[in-house]
Amino acid sequence: MMNKAKDIVLIGGSAGSYTLIVQILEALPQRFDAAIAIVIHRNPRFTTKIEETLSIKLRRSVIQPRDKTAIAPNIIYFAGPGYHLLVEPDWTFSVDVSERIHFSRPSIDVLFDTAAEVYQDRCTAFLLSGANQDGADGIRRVREMGEKRSYNRRTTPLLQQCRRMRFRQTQKVTSMMISRSSLFSGS
Amino acid sequence: MAKLMSSHITFQELQDIVELLGKVSGFDLSGYSKSSLKRRIQRILDLEQMDVVDLKNAIVNVEGFQTYLINEVTVNVTEMFRDPRYYMALRGDVLPYLETFPRLKLWSAGCSTGEEVYSLAIVLAEADLYKRSFIYGTDVNSNVLETAKKAIYPLKRFKIYSENYNATGTCNSLSDYYTAMYDAAIIRADIRKNVLFSQHNLATDYVFNEFQFISCRNVLIYFDLELQRRVFQLFYESLSEFGFLCLGAKETMVNHEIRSKFKVVNKEFNIYQKIK
Repeated sequence: MMNKAKDIVLIGGSAGSYTLIVQILEALPQRFDAAIAIVIHRNPRFTTKIEETLSIKLRRSVIQPRDKTAIAPNIIYFAGPGYHLLVEPDWTFSVDVSERIHFSRPSIDVLFDTAAEVYQDRCTAFLLSGANQDGADGIRRVREMGEKRSYNRRTTPLLQQCRRMRFRQTQKVTSMMISRSSLFSGS
Repeated sequence: MAKLMSSHITFQELQDIVELLGKVSGFDLSGYSKSSLKRRIQRILDLEQMDVVDLKNAIVNVEGFQTYLINEVTVNVTEMFRDPRYYMALRGDVLPYLETFPRLKLWSAGCSTGEEVYSLAIVLAEADLYKRSFIYGTDVNSNVLETAKKAIYPLKRFKIYSENYNATGTCNSLSDYYTAMYDAAIIRADIRKNVLFSQHNLATDYVFNEFQFISCRNVLIYFDLELQRRVFQLFYESLSEFGFLCLGAKETMVNHEIRSKFKVVNKEFNIYQKIK
């Protein structure tokens, strides 16, 4: 049986957040125990090469999960265009083509909401979007589920840093620049 | 039924609802992907301003509610010529082989409102195969089948359908295949001729014919691995020797043993051929 990630870090952003996401990913340590799942709004009618480009650039696994892909540590997952990405209770991904949420499929809310439910306080989320409501409900849900089980166990330095940086729904995040050293030092 | 605030149902409550529905009706949702199903049920609760107790009450006591629930839970997003390159792959990799069968029976499983069935019919007609073909479209949702049978769609959707169709690399125009009137369009009669729509539940029903081609795209993503296994077995038994099975872009057979009985014809679009 494949090793499944015990922690998950979520990043959601509109198309314009791409460079910021790349910056964050570049700053990551070469190895860590969490899985990273990212939703970026993109149009299925145009092909993009985000995964291929980043795999080469970052020299690590960057993939578009298929249906029932097990969520593994140290892998970066990008939601594919045209499908919502969901987290199932057995720590796998599933995809669906149900209605768009806030005009978006994949929707940030869908990933955040389902991941929060499954990972509870082992889920950390970043929302890098200002243009659209998508993600706001999701990030609130991440916080709620985290607080429900706030009695915390051992955390890795990476996640401590991430949690410190967790954004609130009311904060506009697009204007916020993250300096690499402050975010991922100490891992 | 007043409610203070919309609350989220838990996985346990979902489980209870699924069990109840299974007991009082023929609908078995136990093999559906949990998170996806939970969102669907949540959506109905929000839509109807119900809580879990109201929902359970309605399942048991309100006539017609079970069917309504199933129709709302199933996802019915479809387009004509969705994923244009898939249809290119059909023309290039599949039709030359299908041509060699004297008679063709095709099955679109989970056909929703029928757009895919008519897209298939058009592709077959253009390859001069439609005369000896028959396409069955099935779905668990009785509402969408009514639309599929009528073959009448809102005209405004044909803008995207035409774009899709043109992207399949054809020199024809989709408008050759429908007649528009006011704000709707009907698929041409000879394209509608060799199709039949009928209700079939992949989770509980069985083999009903033998096919040279089965397409089931974006349906298995709603099922867990165990139910997927059942459905793959059902497809395997329904396929004739060297028949084709087409899945959606994100779906795969790799998690299943039955994969060894199929050959991959097109990896990108998950087109398989039965070889044993």
